Amino acid sequence: MRYAETGFQLEVDLSKGSIEKVETDPRDTALYLGGNGMNAKLLYDRVPPETDPWSPDNLLIFGNGLLNGTCVPGANRVSVNTIAPVNGFFGHSLMGGFFGAEMKMAGYDRIVIQGEAPDLVYLAIYNDKVEIRDATHLRGKGMVDTQRSIQEELNDRRAWVAAIGPAGEHRVIMASIDCGNSSAARTPGPVMGAKKLKAIAIRGTKDVYLAHPAEAWEMCSRLRKELDANPNVGDWMATDEDDSFHHNNFSWGNARVRRKTFWSDSLEERWRNLKYDHMDRWTGCWNCPKACHNLISWPNRRKFSYKCYGKDTYHMASFQELDFTFEILPVAMDLGFDSYSTPQVIAFALELLDAGILTEKDFPGMPSDVRQRFYYLLHKIAFREGIGDVLAYGTSGAAAIIGNGAETFDHNTVKKFEQLPIKLGKLNPAYFLMIATGEDMAITQIEGSFPQDPITDPELKEEFIRKWVAVPDKKFHDWFRQWVKRDQLPDEAMVEICDWNECMHYLDDALGLCGFVSSFRGQFGGTTGYHVWNMPQVITHTTGIEFDKDRLWACFQRNRNLIRALNNRRGLRRHMERPPEDHWAVRNEEYEQQLLTKYYDFKGWTFDGIPTKETLERLSLGYVAEDLIKRGVLNGNEVTALKDPRAKKEKE
Amino acid sequence: MDSNRKKTKIVKEIRVDAKKCVGCKACEIACSAFHAVPKFSSVNTARSRIMVVMDEMRDVFVPVRAGAYTEAECNGRNRYVIEGKEYDECTFCPASCPSRDAFKEPDSGLPLKCDMCESVPPLEKPMCVDACTFGALTYEEREVVRTEAGEVKREDMEIGLEQLVKKYGSKRVLDTLSRLQRLEHQGERRG
Repeated sequence: MRYAETGFQLEVDLSKGSIEKVETDPRDTALYLGGNGMNAKLLYDRVPPETDPWSPDNLLIFGNGLLNGTCVPGANRVSVNTIAPVNGFFGHSLMGGFFGAEMKMAGYDRIVIQGEAPDLVYLAIYNDKVEIRDATHLRGKGMVDTQRSIQEELNDRRAWVAAIGPAGEHRVIMASIDCGNSSAARTPGPVMGAKKLKAIAIRGTKDVYLAHPAEAWEMCSRLRKELDANPNVGDWMATDEDDSFHHNNFSWGNARVRRKTFWSDSLEERWRNLKYDHMDRWTGCWNCPKACHNLISWPNRRKFSYKCYGKDTYHMASFQELDFTFEILPVAMDLGFDSYSTPQVIAFALELLDAGILTEKDFPGMPSDVRQRFYYLLHKIAFREGIGDVLAYGTSGAAAIIGNGAETFDHNTVKKFEQLPIKLGKLNPAYFLMIATGEDMAITQIEGSFPQDPITDPELKEEFIRKWVAVPDKKFHDWFRQWVKRDQLPDEAMVEICDWNECMHYLDDALGLCGFVSSFRGQFGGTTGYHVWNMPQVITHTTGIEFDKDRLWACFQRNRNLIRALNNRRGLRRHMERPPEDHWAVRNEEYEQQLLTKYYDFKGWTFDGIPTKETLERLSLGYVAEDLIKRGVLNGNEVTALKDPRAKKEKE
Repeated sequence: MDSNRKKTKIVKEIRVDAKKCVGCKACEIACSAFHAVPKFSSVNTARSRIMVVMDEMRDVFVPVRAGAYTEAECNGRNRYVIEGKEYDECTFCPASCPSRDAFKEPDSGLPLKCDMCESVPPLEKPMCVDACTFGALTYEEREVVRTEAGEVKREDMEIGLEQLVKKYGSKRVLDTLSRLQRLEHQGERRG
């Protein structure tokens, strides 16, 4: 008997047309939990580094967080992982909503897709009945029509449909997978398109068992009420209309222009009215007491819902106002675009036109109005027409193809991924580490447990520390106490802040917990819903597997190192770990490199940023060490970074 | 003796404010866990006796509680337009009915009906209401005074007819009765 998880994964090979329900090893659950951890293990074991991400041999895995489908509030996120075509590394993507819980009730912890269908298909799952169905009639259809058509075909309005739009079908790098109000953005969308899988429809009517029923329910009811009452969790942007932070501090256009005095009271009032005059309601995800999505009805558009910073990206990229986002977002979402990277790619293209690197000839028939230009380019990219065929590779990919100096306009990517448009003055060491070394694509998937800024008032600082139960170790209290200036803390503090921040995200992504009730929300107010002290109890009561803080922390380290090793095997090295050159105006290369060495050393990695044999073996990843040695990535005698002669030289 | 008596009854009522529903399904989860055997041992919203009828594209979010079982689906349905939004009649219908798979035990297909979480000791409020943190479901108990007819004693003929219905089905019994009635009527006319 398995608790919280089903003990089965669905294996679908689209080349062969085969479907198999495979029992999984419960020992893996204790080691990797679920979600991104289990997905990473499958990708490590089954997709060798020679495999091209576009190849049918790449896997696309929809992996349930371990706690999804149970009574644990806020646990609903599915890790959708693959080898990302954009850079060849582990693709990180998360989808909330309802798909995961429904998958659990259908009897699966994850769905593993391999191969490539001969033509467009969709997968229909109703418990043990699984069919690969023709989807050629859905070709070119948007998200809304696809979801509705499939529900009608299956005569089941309660089936959840995760689909790609035209962008995904055309293997656009910025394509996302959408299901209801949630999306798995970026890396998996184009792979789903390459596999010619238009959608997965799922419905389940089976039980998800809880190991300690009374204790689990009592605990979850309490947590639900705590989350509900906690103002520091959930998405403030759903209700707080003061959005001066993003508009005054983030850069507009192609991450280019700061407008430090943009926000005003009158603007806030105008935008508040604009939103509430067109908003139907807030909507939520499976079993979460926070409702973070805003459902909007805009004239001549289908209803759509957005969350968080997705509210800002289109109008900031185009120097417009909120009405433009409300107007274009439903169109872009229906085409299947991610709203973080897509506006940046469009702004990048228009900047190249201004700079003369691209010319009017590259944009035949493009209107002069910037709003219309965004629509024009959205469609060109979605259907890969003309310049859209190039922009479909994302900023870095397109810059490399266009050449002629376009590369210098690709100034806001890390490992070829578009980042949040943040350009600041002074280097922040902890953020340097997170942006440089993070393998979760964006800073919001890495930061979140340690506050972004110190508290200067001694009384308020002590009050904050008193309530700050989430800290995994007292030393964080001490560092916070001595912290006065944002960029000034001992290097070991910066390293461990980065480590703790990462830890919480890795645990959330393996358990299915949403960052908005956990990993992302510790930094604001310090009273996040989940932390390393209550997570073990949650896991024990639902799964029956005994956990404590140390065992849980080891799961984080295991998953972190496994993903690291997977990426090392695919070529990730130290020289790639660089935040954008203009991320901070004032840089110190020497110091940054020393810091990076200290971080690698703390992690038990080599000077090149590869986990040593000892580190891997300590985490029950001996098979990974063996593989890395066999492939010549390690020789087995490496020392950790600070003991490397190059580190000594660096110091001198 | 007067057969009609005044009686005080407690009516348990769940007030549904559909505007406040966010579609999180916490009500369905709580219901299914409470009715699991052993209690809280599983979650399965297909076993829930409350269902959120949800269609984001039409802004429809309506929690509906399982009511009585019906053998046949309606032969006609209404379509309601309320404040510009269109609702299918089934959106509000609590029946476990052949037209849909809602409110049926997934394993046996047997109908499910809300029991307001009656248990010993009694709960303060049904589980779905307790789980709803958005105020879409609230619980009220109202005292009402009702006039109830006195107990009716069943007569021999009713008991006999019931047995005939059991044996031949109500249709045949009714057909026979109407034929007898017709014969009697014809006899009266001839006479």
